[in-house]
Amino acid sequence: MERRKFLKVLAGSLSGVACGNAFYPRKLRAEGDHGLTGDELLGVLVDTTLCIGCRSCERACSEINNLPALNFENKSVFEKKRPTSEIQYTVVNRYTTQDGKEIFVKNQCMHCNYPGCASACLVKAMHKIEKGPVNWETNCIGCRYCMVACPFDIPKFEYNSPVPKIQKCNFCWEKKVKKGERPACVEICPTEVMFFGTRREVVEEAQRRIYQEPDKYYHQIYGENEVGGTSWVYIAAAPFEQLGFRTDLGTTPYPKLSKGFLTNIAVIDLVVPALLLGIGYAAKKKNEND
Amino acid sequence: MNDKTDVTEIKNLKEFFTLFMSELKPRGGKTIFTPFNVITIPIILVGLIIIVIRFAKGLGAVTNLSQDFPWGLWIGFDVLIGIALAGGAYVLCFIYYILGYEKYHPIVRVVVLNGFLAYSFYAGALILDLGRPWNAFNVLIGNKFGFSSVLFMVAWHFFLYTLSLLFEFAPAIAEWLGLKRAWKTLNAMTLGAVVFGIMLSLGHQGGVGGLFLLAKAKIHPLWYSEFIPLLFVVSSIFAGLSMVIFEGSISSKVFKSRMSAEHHEAHDRIVTSLAKVCAGSMFVYLFLKLLELNHEQTWSLLSTPMGYWYLLEVLGCVAIPSWLFLTGARRRSLGRVKLAAVMTILGVVLNRLNICLIAYKWYAPVRYYPTWMEVVVTLTVVFTELWVYRWIVNRMPVVSDSPDWTQGAH
Repeated sequence: MERRKFLKVLAGSLSGVACGNAFYPRKLRAEGDHGLTGDELLGVLVDTTLCIGCRSCERACSEINNLPALNFENKSVFEKKRPTSEIQYTVVNRYTTQDGKEIFVKNQCMHCNYPGCASACLVKAMHKIEKGPVNWETNCIGCRYCMVACPFDIPKFEYNSPVPKIQKCNFCWEKKVKKGERPACVEICPTEVMFFGTRREVVEEAQRRIYQEPDKYYHQIYGENEVGGTSWVYIAAAPFEQLGFRTDLGTTPYPKLSKGFLTNIAVIDLVVPALLLGIGYAAKKKNEND
Repeated sequence: MNDKTDVTEIKNLKEFFTLFMSELKPRGGKTIFTPFNVITIPIILVGLIIIVIRFAKGLGAVTNLSQDFPWGLWIGFDVLIGIALAGGAYVLCFIYYILGYEKYHPIVRVVVLNGFLAYSFYAGALILDLGRPWNAFNVLIGNKFGFSSVLFMVAWHFFLYTLSLLFEFAPAIAEWLGLKRAWKTLNAMTLGAVVFGIMLSLGHQGGVGGLFLLAKAKIHPLWYSEFIPLLFVVSSIFAGLSMVIFEGSISSKVFKSRMSAEHHEAHDRIVTSLAKVCAGSMFVYLFLKLLELNHEQTWSLLSTPMGYWYLLEVLGCVAIPSWLFLTGARRRSLGRVKLAAVMTILGVVLNRLNICLIAYKWYAPVRYYPTWMEVVVTLTVVFTELWVYRWIVNRMPVVSDSPDWTQGAH
């Protein structure tokens, strides 16, 4: 009788485990992995040596995304560093380097090749579309894990709304890029700070500029390898840590940081029930013999 | 005709009200103005008002959450700390049901009940923190499954574990209601629920730590490592058991009249045994911490201000209490064990707050501090849970003996 009961429980749990694990194999192919195969990713090169801090990209971004209008003529905003916000998907900041140069840097979502935010999202509201943009959908539950996971602190949450959204640069995907046009900020820039193309072209263009004028540029393309590479890459005339960039992020794609752990959970879920039943059965036998 | 229904409705309402008021009183008590009620009722009422404001105006109206600190007290306390302290249920189930140590029988039910209530209420509190809670079901119904997300795994494990705790506790409900046939079925399912419960606990206890693997650039190197999930699992063992010891010493006073003789006698013996398990798991934890320091080569950071804070947590709230547990168990000194339990609980609270708030963005110029409203809502969650706990313990056979008709089946 005991034995039959034990077998019943064993069969029940094993079938449960089988059902539970039916969806693990898919999970283990972490989201970002489709990455560079298939359609080529799009990208933008930001050449900070050309930026004059006119803020017209901020204006164009605000207009195309129907964000609240601000006074974009005001140059006093450069006094202190501004982060992007839920009403400003892109901002230009002014940095003074150690040798006294003034450099303007435009910030927005980097559209990582392997986005941490997308791998964090439990409903795939944040996701990377095949062409490269990392975008947000309304099935979001508002947990804000994407904000914790983003190494660049880009996703912003509407704390003062009862129906809040996650707000960030969307690469003008729906309104421009999908139709074959360039993003609004790229299009409007009077000094052609930004170069839009496939990510491959963009990185090549960055390399070409550095090779052609090796004295002008600091020899690094920020975003070429950081966190596994980003769609938006930067070149500049000064080391990037002086321009508000984090240079301690490493080159490991963010989804990889938790992938090993996810594999372990799958193993635990497969192995532990059988193990426990085994131990339980053995312990019971022992007690009976006592 | 109309008048008649009105009258009965009023009568029903009146009856409901008297019933409600009598439920507020402690069992057998004459007044509802007990110290517990006087403290908790106003706080719960204020908390409910704050919750209404939160849903009407958004999270910003009542919390200090910001773009830099998207997770605050509600996640840090309710979820991280709550889950760790509720870990006693799976550890005790493992010892009792799987390893078969019968001596823990008197406390298994009360610990499972505590676990179930903790999980239900903390999951409930999580809904308050979600920006778009009406979408929460998307995780379960698959409006999309985020298979690459640790949070997805945590959510499912969390949900299923709450269910399995309910199944583990269900026989007590059946005994209370006198449902003999249901009791038999439910009792037969306990082992399965326990096995799944332990599996799910390992997954989500580690998973809650695993959430922070993606915050590599934001957590102070002394606290960040690949070991976070493992450290969370190990610390949930001694955190959970310390909570069992702590709660046990309170319940044995509050519910003295309800307690079975078996429960009373066994209490001290159980406490010293649990103290040994705590001490053991704390040694493992300390060893892992050492391994982590060596693996990440973060020794030099120990002599910075953050390093002193780290040492306070690890030495003051793990090493010292583990020694107290060990010596307390040897000398059979309940006072020492209880002191150790309290210190351990504080240590786990400190550790979880460090990871999600204090060592998180330790470089940020503007820190996060909870508003008084966040604190009140957290207290509301805890107090409401205590209310439900008291209601159940006073009715169902939790600390008291099961009815006689269950004896034959054992």
